[in-house]
Amino acid sequence: MLRCAAQRASGDRPSGLGSVRQRSGRGAGRAGGALRSGGRGPAAVLRMRAGAAAGGSAFPLGEWVTRIQMALLNRRLGLSLTHLSGTVIQRHFSITGACRAIQKLTRVRVVDNSALGNTPYHRPPKCIHVYNKTGVGKVGDTILLAIKGEKKKALIVGHKMPGPTMTPRFDSNNVVLIEDNGNPIGTRIKTPIPCILRQREGKVSKVLAIARNFV
Amino acid sequence: MAAACGRLVPRSAVAGLPARCFSFSGYRSNSDGKPAKFQPPPKPVIIDKQKQREERRFLSPEFIPPRGRTDPLKYYIERKDMIQRRKVFSIPEFYVGSILAVTTADPYASGKVNRFVGICIQRGGKGLGATFVLRNVIEDQGVEIRYELYSPRIQAIEVLKLEKRLDDNLLYLRDALPEYSTFDMNMKPVSHLEHEEIPVNKLQVRMKPKPWSKRWERPKYNVKGIKFELPEKKMQEAQKWSQPWLEFDMLREYDTSKIEEKIWREKDLQS
Repeated sequence: MLRCAAQRASGDRPSGLGSVRQRSGRGAGRAGGALRSGGRGPAAVLRMRAGAAAGGSAFPLGEWVTRIQMALLNRRLGLSLTHLSGTVIQRHFSITGACRAIQKLTRVRVVDNSALGNTPYHRPPKCIHVYNKTGVGKVGDTILLAIKGEKKKALIVGHKMPGPTMTPRFDSNNVVLIEDNGNPIGTRIKTPIPCILRQREGKVSKVLAIARNFV
Repeated sequence: MAAACGRLVPRSAVAGLPARCFSFSGYRSNSDGKPAKFQPPPKPVIIDKQKQREERRFLSPEFIPPRGRTDPLKYYIERKDMIQRRKVFSIPEFYVGSILAVTTADPYASGKVNRFVGICIQRGGKGLGATFVLRNVIEDQGVEIRYELYSPRIQAIEVLKLEKRLDDNLLYLRDALPEYSTFDMNMKPVSHLEHEEIPVNKLQVRMKPKPWSKRWERPKYNVKGIKFELPEKKMQEAQKWSQPWLEFDMLREYDTSKIEEKIWREKDLQS
């Protein structure tokens, strides 16, 4: 029964929470055969509530599981699921820091005011291809981005890797979404853009037209 | 005695006093026998502390050659070129932690000049390739630019606020809260008087939550300007990586006092 519940829940909820969910399911199972019937109730409740919550917002689990319920659950299951208690679930897996220059699978930050770039999604926008002979993208290169389940081209406007002297180095890998013909999707760019971009005429000029600050 | 009161004029220089006399007062006589006019003893020169501070000169760190077995002629020639450039373009005295405004010539910038204001977080390189990195946070985006001191593209370097910090490099500002790296682009220069000591800003910076780009709590970085809000256990665990023998390592010693004196003598001869 427990396993069925887990599978059903996994079907509903997005995969990002897979590890957390499976941990709670397996933990409940490990509590022992005697507790299984008792553990099924609150554990299933936890998962189903989380499932209902995750479908709507980007902050699952935390909104629905209150501290009192967590305490009861802990006592019932005989485990400490303290890492799940509290309004904010802390995910105990490590992520690499921001990639220095942009290559495949780099998480980037979209800096224009387009709807596609600014709506929250459970996965950060990632580079899946760099239109370059080398696979490393620097300022002014076009890349292919995977955003919200769709592919979009983007222009790199700043990266964390130090470039030639006198050029700015940003604290995050910045990118502006563009169409295939070079037209930017957004209408304004608030973040500073390096002046070196002006060297490349062509598709870049339309992006420079909507930029506000130059460094 | 002459060495002890070094500022006093030596006795042999005083006119009309034969070298065999052992006191200033007493018998003074001219060559024709008449009593000489009373000559007051030389006034001792008062050493003024302010003047001493004026005479304290700042030697930019890129003048000091790195420790190695390279022929010193190479560094001598480079220093000559550096002094030539400094005659044409004034490079002010600044330290890590000072706020600078740099104007560079940029063919791709509007108006052909580009002005950037930021805090100096690092000074690197020796000789003509000396660089410094300025950091600022513009529109919630941290920007760092590395400038070459002796590049002909630099039009002006202006020190807006001259001050020192507790550390030699402030790379930890990347992991600190952005308010510590934000400076107004149109900041007015803060006046600094010539004879005053360089103020040391004992600011302790608060950090963003971990992970940081470097583990700043480790003794290897020897950071004094961070207010660590980590638990005591983590701080003690960081001390496991301490290398207390390093400060006694004689091969790592580099005494630059004699080298600096030599460089000052060269500079005085050339300028």
